[in-house]
Amino acid sequence: MTKLWGRLHRGWPANALEQALTEIVGPDRVHTDDAHRSLMSHDASVFRGGVSGPICFPTTTEEVQAISRVAVAHGCAIVPRGAGTGLAGGAIPLGAPIVVSLTKMNSILEIDLINRVAWVEPGVLNLDLSNHLRPLGYHFAPDPSSQQVCTLGGNVANNSGGPHCLAYGVTDAHIVALDVVLPDGQVTRLGGLDAEPTGYDLRGAFVGSEGTLGIATRIAVRLTKNRPAVHTLLLSFPSVRAAAETVSAVVAAGVVPAALEVMDQRITVAVENFVGAGYPRDAAAVLLAEVEGLPAGAAHEASLIESIGRAHGATEIRRAASEAERALLWKGRKTAFGAIAQIAPDYYLHDCVVPRSALADVLDQTYEIAERHDLIVMNVFHAGDGNLHPLLLFDAREPGTLERVHAAGSEILRACLAAGGTLSGEHGIGVEKQQFMNEMFTDADLDHQERLRRAFDPTCRANPGKVLPTGHSCADIQALQQVPSGIWG
Amino acid sequence: MSVHQSTDPLLHEFAAEVGHTDAVAVVGNKTRWRVGGSLRPETRLVRAPIGVVEFVASEMIVRVRAGTEVAELHQELANAGQRTALPERGGTVGGALAVGENAFESLGRGLLRDCALQLRYVSAGGETITVGAPVVKNVTGYNATKLMVGSLGTLGLFAEVVLRTNPIPPVSRWFRGAADPTQTRDAVLQPSCLLWDGTHSWVLLEGIEADVDAEAEALGRLAGFDSVAGPPALPPIRLSMTAAQAATFNSSDPFVASIGVGTVWASSAITPVLPDHATLEISARLKAEFDPLGRLNPGRSLTAQPGAS
Repeated sequence: MTKLWGRLHRGWPANALEQALTEIVGPDRVHTDDAHRSLMSHDASVFRGGVSGPICFPTTTEEVQAISRVAVAHGCAIVPRGAGTGLAGGAIPLGAPIVVSLTKMNSILEIDLINRVAWVEPGVLNLDLSNHLRPLGYHFAPDPSSQQVCTLGGNVANNSGGPHCLAYGVTDAHIVALDVVLPDGQVTRLGGLDAEPTGYDLRGAFVGSEGTLGIATRIAVRLTKNRPAVHTLLLSFPSVRAAAETVSAVVAAGVVPAALEVMDQRITVAVENFVGAGYPRDAAAVLLAEVEGLPAGAAHEASLIESIGRAHGATEIRRAASEAERALLWKGRKTAFGAIAQIAPDYYLHDCVVPRSALADVLDQTYEIAERHDLIVMNVFHAGDGNLHPLLLFDAREPGTLERVHAAGSEILRACLAAGGTLSGEHGIGVEKQQFMNEMFTDADLDHQERLRRAFDPTCRANPGKVLPTGHSCADIQALQQVPSGIWG
Repeated sequence: MSVHQSTDPLLHEFAAEVGHTDAVAVVGNKTRWRVGGSLRPETRLVRAPIGVVEFVASEMIVRVRAGTEVAELHQELANAGQRTALPERGGTVGGALAVGENAFESLGRGLLRDCALQLRYVSAGGETITVGAPVVKNVTGYNATKLMVGSLGTLGLFAEVVLRTNPIPPVSRWFRGAADPTQTRDAVLQPSCLLWDGTHSWVLLEGIEADVDAEAEALGRLAGFDSVAGPPALPPIRLSMTAAQAATFNSSDPFVASIGVGTVWASSAITPVLPDHATLEISARLKAEFDPLGRLNPGRSLTAQPGAS
């Protein structure tokens, strides 16, 4: 492996690189052993083929800056990493780069209730922040299903969403400012706490850039005040189509709930077996709806959703009568992916968005596509946003299965695009969907995205080989020395 | 072939008019014409195409050409009980997005930058470029839509945009009282706007009748708040600061501060806080990448002193 590093890093002996990194963070926070490098070559996606270089665990912005400068001096690429819960392969290191794990930068630095922001380090877990804020009457609105383990730095990199982003928006809407170590080692602040910071909105460009524009080391997040009234409803339907059409009708009625989540029968039964959330096993689909706000308005909207549900054939409607019941309903939704292990050893979770009015038709297509490829599909999704999450279940040990999974996944993505949708609502592009970018954007569009990237990272050493397709990514030309074969599983 | 490529002939005509050679800028209604400084005199002026292309009330999105007046857009949306976060002050949709200033009711309407879902602009090379997607949630590729909003047309000239809309609350009422702004902010749960002129607080409450009444009662317990027709007149110079700074802003000249937001309308400018060196370097590289010949809105700068109009 040492020999391989030497080749990948333009002739620099690996031990010189290790030595330089060790001088920055000390020997305990640089890892070069096979176990660590194997661990860091994966994330939560199905993609394989990553090759990690040395792994560093900095604890300060200054250390991240020094590591970046070493990367420049040694001609290395650099890949930031949070908890590794990403599903698009965005954190997979390609070409043996330096991997910078931000998990030890995990302090909530400041709670500023006058400006209603919190300064946090990137390794703070999403749920830890909201738990910290709860006694103060605030929360951090984006709540990905992985919120118990995913980091805020990862949320920034992926512009993460979650069930409650329907009313409040995804991560970008909740990031006020960022302290960033740029790929050349400079440190800068993007955005600011003032109402309309001067200059281009580089903060907005950075959020969702999947680690390709630099490394955020301090993040100012907007605090959302807890609403005084919350109603959580569970509606059962005789068909997925009826649930999807209810969602469209709710929004058409001028209601923007905090969350509108749909689960089909397969996943509902799996969840019920897993956590006993009180979901009906006999419903073809369930809709979990939550409204919040001022007391009268929230009650009015809850009643409206109930009547719209009835008009669309809801067979049962239940309102959570207590905070405990509400928490249990949400526990079921948020542990849905874990429940799948009962059914199949592997799953591929897709992420695409369609106009709400197209939900029912595209869902029908997902079932038809899966059946044609002899696969089981389950649908659990952020219906209010039109954000589909088809889960393709499989056993990777069966020869040829993964190929069928990828073929079915490709067809589902194309169905979403054909319906006027987009490739990703909250997981990002990573290495997963690069080859589809040309189907959503023209060459000229992608050329402008590449210009944006080059302005931040002219030498293309930040997380190379991600987001933009081959031919549009400077990474393929410069920093990325070798894209491993077999990345597709 | 991109599935989101435009076939609108008006956009193609606009791209042809922008061309790819000389200095050019889009003129709207000139409501914020001096923001960012003066154009170089040789700059050719063009107008963006107009018209609401598609409004799907059940999707809460609207596709509109950039030259359309915000008032005209909002009138059409209001027929379906909806509106956008764009400020209504006589300007065009494209102008509002290029300037990037929020409506003063941004606590209730949301931020301008968050309502632009997809943007088509004509590049310095004369091509029509699409960024973003016409759905309410999207993380496909770089978020160049955010970069464009507030860029003063220095990176591309806006042709068309898909905006997120919001329902218009059934009741909307302004109140005015001689109360401390911070105490006023703490007294109400969900104000759509909170302004303070140094002696009085103005509060916009929106929602259904019972909630607005309850919030008004809470104001009444704090001080003698009266129902008024609307907000105070805003002085001409727009300043940006933190919410904490705005809450303690003081001046012998008339001012109005937006509490909880940080915008202050004042009678004289203050020196803006400029980005640091590294950010300015990135900004310069962006300009060079997107407009290598400097033909888009030449003379305009995002770091210019705040202006009145």
